Amino acid sequence: MAAILSVKDLKKTYAGGFEALKGVTLDIEEGEILALLGPNGAGKTTLISTVCGIVSPSAGSITVGGHDAQVDYRAARSLIGLVPQEIHLEPFETVWNTIRFSRGLFGLRRDDAYLEDVLRKLSLLDKKNSRIMELSGGMKRRVLIAKALSHSPRILFLDEPTAGVDVELRKDMWEVVAQMKADGVTIILTTHYIEEAEAIADRVGVITGGELLLVEDKDSLMARMGQKQLEVQLSTAVDAVPAALSHYSLQLAKDGNALVYSYDTRADRTGITALLNDVAEAGLVLADVQTRQSSLEDIFVGLVKGDQP
Amino acid sequence: MNWVAVISIYRFEMARFFRTLAQSFFSPVLSTSLYFVVFGAAIGSRIQEVDGIAYGAFIVPGLIMLSVITQAISNASFGIYFPKFIGTFSELLSAPVNFLEIVMGYVGAAATKALFIGVVILVTASLFVDLTIAHPFAMLLFLVLTCLSFSLLGFIIGIWAGNFEQLQLVPLLVVTPLVFLGGSFYSISMLPPIWQTITLFNPVVYLISGFRWAFFENADVPVGLSLLAIGGFTAFCLGVIWWIFKTGWRIRA
Repeated sequence: MAAILSVKDLKKTYAGGFEALKGVTLDIEEGEILALLGPNGAGKTTLISTVCGIVSPSAGSITVGGHDAQVDYRAARSLIGLVPQEIHLEPFETVWNTIRFSRGLFGLRRDDAYLEDVLRKLSLLDKKNSRIMELSGGMKRRVLIAKALSHSPRILFLDEPTAGVDVELRKDMWEVVAQMKADGVTIILTTHYIEEAEAIADRVGVITGGELLLVEDKDSLMARMGQKQLEVQLSTAVDAVPAALSHYSLQLAKDGNALVYSYDTRADRTGITALLNDVAEAGLVLADVQTRQSSLEDIFVGLVKGDQP
Repeated sequence: MNWVAVISIYRFEMARFFRTLAQSFFSPVLSTSLYFVVFGAAIGSRIQEVDGIAYGAFIVPGLIMLSVITQAISNASFGIYFPKFIGTFSELLSAPVNFLEIVMGYVGAAATKALFIGVVILVTASLFVDLTIAHPFAMLLFLVLTCLSFSLLGFIIGIWAGNFEQLQLVPLLVVTPLVFLGGSFYSISMLPPIWQTITLFNPVVYLISGFRWAFFENADVPVGLSLLAIGGFTAFCLGVIWWIFKTGWRIRA
């Protein structure tokens, strides 16, 4: 599919000399959900803010739907909706006026039916005439999404959409995102909740220290980076890995009650059958066997600590 | 030109005004009445006439200017500072609008509010004194230009201010003294010669003089000079705002 957003060699150095982005290049395909993962201060928000026009880039180019974001900023920004990380809303205004204002800023004429539909999808319709200050934190966050959707953007940036949101509401938010994807909206979200990326993203980008370490299809990343572990629990604890099993690079659990075997799920032979045979031959009695797949979180921690992708 | 955006900003700002309409309306009515009681009745009884105009009527243009200038600055500075303070300003930066549209929306609303208050004071004043306006259109022109130019100044102050204290700093320490010393309540000709010369460096003198001329055909400086001064001031403020948006000073990292 064609790239709807293209970022090339984007750099941002703040006035104080801090290099927030050190040459980020990224293509976002139309209709996908890309999760940008990274620790605090990695450059996620700076990247989003630069694409959206809130921060001026120091170097590099941004193309949105074929429009240069600097030169043809009106056309470029018209395609983008931004849900900022912080809840910034005019406290004394009503939900309705707030979202009408956002639509108007994008030069679109009043369309009550559309805006009511947006509020309905976000379960906010009954709060239409409430003042922002009367809403709960979760509702305010939805108002931010409603504002971003008020001008029917083709690309939606969600900057930490579920930060500080309880588990139930987070799941609701994921459903909203899935609904938007179904409507054809391209979504870029930043998060440090790995489970969020794992649950909803098509592709995952890992950013740290202002550099994009990788962008990859989530499933292939999981498969490529994901190791599986087989834990063989023993009915009797042992002091050391028996010599007969030394060629398996096994790890002994702390209390000696289990042997942990790491293997690559993509390998032709995982070596499990041979291992289990050898365990039996070594005279060890199995109490239980369980396997565990490394999560995106394990992969992420490994990457930002400097492990090669 | 994104006119829908301009109107949206304007309406959003005016909504804030209408939420506090009672305060917006009664506060100038009350303060004008107080000025008339103190200046008109107490002092006016001792100063019968200034340049052939009853003192009560003489102070009306200065009184309107005093409120209009203060209101224009405070409305515009607060209007743009508040989104910066609560963080909604980033929405403007990420919207397909340019600096002119943002300024038109915010300054237009602030100027409208100031104009409304100017008219309220004019009507209130006419209840206290006999008022004739010699040149109504010139009066309106001066009033509108003052509302606009000082709203532009307020916009700059709002962008510049880093906290609420700074927001009050310029209006309190610079604008109020300039307005009070700009001939709001007296004619410059009443001052000693050296002060007459010094006063001519106060830009507000030109505004009040021109505005008073529109009422009574009585001016401290030529009307053309007054118009030139206010035009130049408006152009200067617009230039500063254009520079702010071009460089992103205090608004874009």
